[in-house]
Amino acid sequence: MHASPLVAMVGNPNAGKSALFNALTGARQKVGNYPGVTVERHSGRLSLDDGRPVELVDLPGTYSLDPVSADERVTVDVVTGRGGFERRPDAMIVVVDASNLDNHLRFALQLIALKLPVVVALNMVDLAERDGLTLDPDVLARELGVPVVPTVAVRRRGIDVLKAQLGILLGQRVPTRDAVDAVPEEIGVLQRRARQIADAATVSETPTRRWNHALDAVALHPVVGPVLLVSLLFVMFQAVFTWSEAPIAVIEGGFTALDSAIKSVMPDGFLRSLLTDGVIAGVGAVVVFLPQILILFAFILVLEASGYMVRAAFLMDRMMSRVGLSGRAFIPLLSSFACAVPGIMATRTINDEKDRLTTILIAPLMTCSARLPVYTIIIGAFIPNTRVAGFVGLQGLVLLVLYLLGILGAFIAALVLRRTVTQGASSGFMMEMPKYQMPRFRDVAIGLWQRAYIFLKRAGTTIALTTVILWALLSFPKAPEGQSQVNYSVAGRIANGIEVAVRPIGFNRDIALALIPAMAAREVAVAAIGTVYAVDDPEDAKGERTIVDNLRHRWTLPTALAFLMWFVFAPQCISTIAVTRRETNGWKWPLFMIGYLFAAAYIMAGLTYWLAVAVGL
Amino acid sequence: MTANLNLETLPRHQAATVDSIEWTRLATPEARRLRELGFDAGVSIEVLHRARFGGGPIACRIGRMTVALRRAVAGAVRVSLDPLPAE
Ligand SMILES: Nc1nc2c(ncn2[C@@H]2O[C@H](COP(=O)(O)OP(=O)(O)OP(=O)(O)O)[C@@H](O)[C@H]2O)c(=O)[nH]1
Ligand SMILES: [Mg+2]
Repeated sequence: MHASPLVAMVGNPNAGKSALFNALTGARQKVGNYPGVTVERHSGRLSLDDGRPVELVDLPGTYSLDPVSADERVTVDVVTGRGGFERRPDAMIVVVDASNLDNHLRFALQLIALKLPVVVALNMVDLAERDGLTLDPDVLARELGVPVVPTVAVRRRGIDVLKAQLGILLGQRVPTRDAVDAVPEEIGVLQRRARQIADAATVSETPTRRWNHALDAVALHPVVGPVLLVSLLFVMFQAVFTWSEAPIAVIEGGFTALDSAIKSVMPDGFLRSLLTDGVIAGVGAVVVFLPQILILFAFILVLEASGYMVRAAFLMDRMMSRVGLSGRAFIPLLSSFACAVPGIMATRTINDEKDRLTTILIAPLMTCSARLPVYTIIIGAFIPNTRVAGFVGLQGLVLLVLYLLGILGAFIAALVLRRTVTQGASSGFMMEMPKYQMPRFRDVAIGLWQRAYIFLKRAGTTIALTTVILWALLSFPKAPEGQSQVNYSVAGRIANGIEVAVRPIGFNRDIALALIPAMAAREVAVAAIGTVYAVDDPEDAKGERTIVDNLRHRWTLPTALAFLMWFVFAPQCISTIAVTRRETNGWKWPLFMIGYLFAAAYIMAGLTYWLAVAVGL
Repeated sequence: MTANLNLETLPRHQAATVDSIEWTRLATPEARRLRELGFDAGVSIEVLHRARFGGGPIACRIGRMTVALRRAVAGAVRVSLDPLPAE
């Protein structure tokens, strides 16, 4: 028995389903201005005006009931009740984009033919107005035979009317016919009907200034377009460094103050060491990077919200086709710069299976934000903060090179994979380009807040836990006077064992020690090194030497460079491995991914080390 | 005069109409997606952009939508130029 009726949000990609879902339920599902943002079903609750509860489900957008890709299959399975979900929806909210009516109505007609109770949300009427279109919802309702409610999801216009209509619809309790009963109509016929209805519902159409086209004239220009794309990415990486300096200093100051406060009130001992050397040295070393991660995310969120993402995919398609991918793969890959996990999820929108698999396998090579702490700390310690050619920061430049190395590695990997394990016909690239929109402050802010929350939660759980365990393994057994505590400890003994394997590529004991806990999350490498030096600081009894001082003191430049190179390739992330297992239905591909990436990491780090030593760095 | 014009060769910003689509030249999923994006005989079409020099995808306006597609697919879309509007 189900107490509350189930209502599904269905419609073309980018129609505003998730925005509407958020407005109706108060949820914070991701919205973005490109097709294929939502790739899973998400449930939410809403109460009708009379208090009746309704379960609303947000679904991935699809163009028809013939799914081509994995995300579309989710929607079709829910709508037709075929996917082994507990039940079919009792009603649907069919979302159509008012500024793109003829195309969206075709799918709406197909959905209405399913004979489930339907209300059409005529969304984005503000954009239609911007385009000089005036529509008559009553004509539309008459032609379609179902209620039509004009809405502007992002400004919550029409939400109450939509809710009221939903209440009426669910109150009627129309007996639902089975989806498979619906007569499938020829798509061309539906298309023409859709165009007729759209024409009939269009009251007037005044040509407006096409600033969309004006923007595209620049963004898609054969020469200016690629230059703009590269410049945007360049500014993004420079900003990650330069804009974050001040907030990082503030956070660092906070942790230092906390550290001295604890040291001044607590007597030296087990608990104090756990707090200062374990938690603060470890977690603090990671939390400091919050500003950088937020700056990176802000850039990506703005690009996603503006509609530029598909333009970038367009510009990249040529290059991606050379390695056997399509421009479509660019969007999951770019979001992998934030984190490979949602990136790998987003590959669901790629319809060709081999194409999708290749994209999943190379996604971990995109430099995710968890690598930023590792890169930043090493760069900060070993690369001088000078300017090249007057205005470009050398540190930012090195960071950019690391990102580019990841991209280059990914391209080479794709090229090889497509010729070996993921062979197949070259897949196509066909994508709707959304209209440009001004990014909404609220959406970006929510995205940033969610990211900050995830990051801090991870710092407080996974990272704190691994560093405390590491601290314990480093602190016991207690070394006799005059011997190195780290070498004497359990962790140190293990690390000295591993060091044998990584010495050929220039890694020292401290790196060996950091690599294993860093499997939990890459940032832990930084936390681990922070903890090692807090526990083992013979030259500085008061522990006031920073991680950076310690690094400079103990590592050579070739070692540091090899360490950076290792992190460009190494699949040091359990979540990525887990999501790969889930999305490829088995252990075969995640194991393959781990194998090839570790091999690449070892070889590249080794090459870097020996090259650096050879040239006398 | 415009007998063999297709979307791949259509000059930029030339108002045109889709004549027919050679479905047999396309892979099944590709053909279906093309249909779903509104490509159909009688629909107005215009080439907006071509990425880089040769080889890259094409961005076109079809109905009210802007769609990016590869040249090989565009080659299967036969078009005819619209008569010039009277001055
Ligand atoms: N101007 C305007 N923008 C809207 C409206 N509704 C949604 N948007 C924007 O349109 C874009 C797409 O919205 P989403 O809610 O992500 O669309 P979706 O239908 O869930 O898309 P998929 O998940 O990709 O299928 C976002 O940039 C929204 O901010 C609206 O009524 N007016
Ligand atoms: Mg969505």
